Amino acid sequence: MDALIHQVLAGLATGGIYASVALALVMIYQATHLVNFAQGELAMFCTYLAWTLINAGFGYWPAFLLTVGLAFVLGVVIERVVIRPVENSPVLAVVVVFIGLLVILNSIAVWIYTGTIKTFPSPFPTEPLFGNKFMSSHEIGAIVVTLIMLLLLYAFFRFTPLGLAMRAAAQNPASAKLVGIRVGWMLALGWGLAAAIGAVAGMMVAPIVFLEPNMMGGILLYAFAAALVGGVDSPGGAVFGGFLVGVLENVLGAFVIGNELKLAVALVLIIGVLVVKPSGFFGKVHITRV
Amino acid sequence: MNQRTLTVVAVLLLLACALPFLVSNYRTFQFTLVLVYAIALLGLNILTGYNGQISLGHGAFYAIGAYTAAILMDRFGVPYWATLPVAGAVCLAVGFLFGLPALRLEGLYLALATFALGVSMPQLLKYHHFEKWTGGVQGIVITKPDPPFGLPLNPDQWLYYFTLAVMVLMFVLAWNLLRGRVGRAMVAIRDHHIAAEAMGINTAMVKSLTFGVSAFYTGVAGALGAIAIQFVAPDSFNIFLSIVFLVGIAIGGLASIPGAIYGALFIQFVPNIADEISKAAPWAVFGIFMIGFVYVMPLGVNGAIRMLLARLGRKAQNNRSTAGVTRPTINSPEEV
Repeated sequence: MDALIHQVLAGLATGGIYASVALALVMIYQATHLVNFAQGELAMFCTYLAWTLINAGFGYWPAFLLTVGLAFVLGVVIERVVIRPVENSPVLAVVVVFIGLLVILNSIAVWIYTGTIKTFPSPFPTEPLFGNKFMSSHEIGAIVVTLIMLLLLYAFFRFTPLGLAMRAAAQNPASAKLVGIRVGWMLALGWGLAAAIGAVAGMMVAPIVFLEPNMMGGILLYAFAAALVGGVDSPGGAVFGGFLVGVLENVLGAFVIGNELKLAVALVLIIGVLVVKPSGFFGKVHITRV
Repeated sequence: MNQRTLTVVAVLLLLACALPFLVSNYRTFQFTLVLVYAIALLGLNILTGYNGQISLGHGAFYAIGAYTAAILMDRFGVPYWATLPVAGAVCLAVGFLFGLPALRLEGLYLALATFALGVSMPQLLKYHHFEKWTGGVQGIVITKPDPPFGLPLNPDQWLYYFTLAVMVLMFVLAWNLLRGRVGRAMVAIRDHHIAAEAMGINTAMVKSLTFGVSAFYTGVAGALGAIAIQFVAPDSFNIFLSIVFLVGIAIGGLASIPGAIYGALFIQFVPNIADEISKAAPWAVFGIFMIGFVYVMPLGVNGAIRMLLARLGRKAQNNRSTAGVTRPTINSPEEV
């Protein structure tokens, strides 16, 4: 029983990371109806930036905040420079641009930092919190950070005029333009926010999986799955999906089929969910009018 | 096909036949791979370009084809040419069966399902219960076939011609399929599946069959690829292969048969060029090439060529028509 609780809680901790990346995916999906394949690599790259800052003598939290800021700027710049010219191209063309970005970011990271594995510091104490024997304090910390981020995002979209404008731009670009919202810039802001969320996820996961150029590969896949299981047009659903996928992955890997096939089985389960409920748990069901 | 296209195709085929005598053995091998990729891309293009179903997992069908061929040759001593139809048939069946549940999924969700297939394939191939067939992580080594009937060719050249023959056959088959009743049904489903259904097309059947046919093409390509490279291992069929296929059809040109060849040339040679430009970060250069191609030719190489031809054609027509207009003005109505 203890082992089960331990696996479930550890699953929640990694699930928090999946939830953050899934949230970043959903943010861009809502605005553009495209899945950004480069999201994971963007997060990886930002984590390397944080590593550089920490090694340059910054404290953890100043480096953390600076990295989030830099990630935001990087996201905005990428949207303005790389994505904007292909806005009206066919879907697959844009997908190719995303894949191109993924490859470029990965390659540059290998080039600058070499492929060797680096350790990344955790801001949380090493001994378990409150003397519990189930979760390390980093795991608890990661969950708390994820939840705080979620709350901030919710407040931003719900209570600020800028958040309202961004929602309007995503939901109905034409009408939003008519009432004077600069839809193009809202999209760039969305990219910036998504990059910043990704950066937080990267910094939270790096102490667990260690820092290396391919660290986000598997995470992006799970986040993709999480976003779809939760419903790709629902941020809350994405977070729920993230936790669900994290727990499933851990419990299945530990008790049912072993680590060798856990990726495959987790994915099969997710597809099972989708076959029964094609728009995910919290997604809108689209009704087509003929 | 009109007279002009036929001439162009014939000339290109002649050039393709002459190629092994003009370049080194290594280049011949590379061009063999281009032909292999062209078949795989055509398969993916039938599904994505003509039927509108996005697949991020075609590397898995390529792997199944490759492994079928390798296991048949290695464990059962089947001759290499006989493995192709078997590999194709296995993939046809797997593709059709995968296509059935995938019917409920559209767009992104289908992309995820196929993505899952692509990601789990290397894991399945490494799975220790299958090891006595697949050779586990080590993979399987197969021998290169010698040219038959004492033909004066070296093995590389023979394999090139063999692959070329298979490719031409597959392309002719695809061309026939796509311009016929089934092809029109596929396109109708892509453009408006409700309207297609109202017209009496069995959309479920056509979609699953398209999945099967697409997997068939990719599987045959996988078998040919395994024979050409003489080696299969789980990690050469990772998710990146599937993504590269998708890049190939997007850059070659969606819903076009020649697009498969352009895409194949791109995914075979551009990484090499990138490697020559920058040894330190070759993939960054490759990524820049990818984005650059999309900026310059959003409809793919085939779309760009078509636009160019249309523009040239219009110019020629304008010249002709202005020439034609100047003459009748002599006895135009105003003067008469």
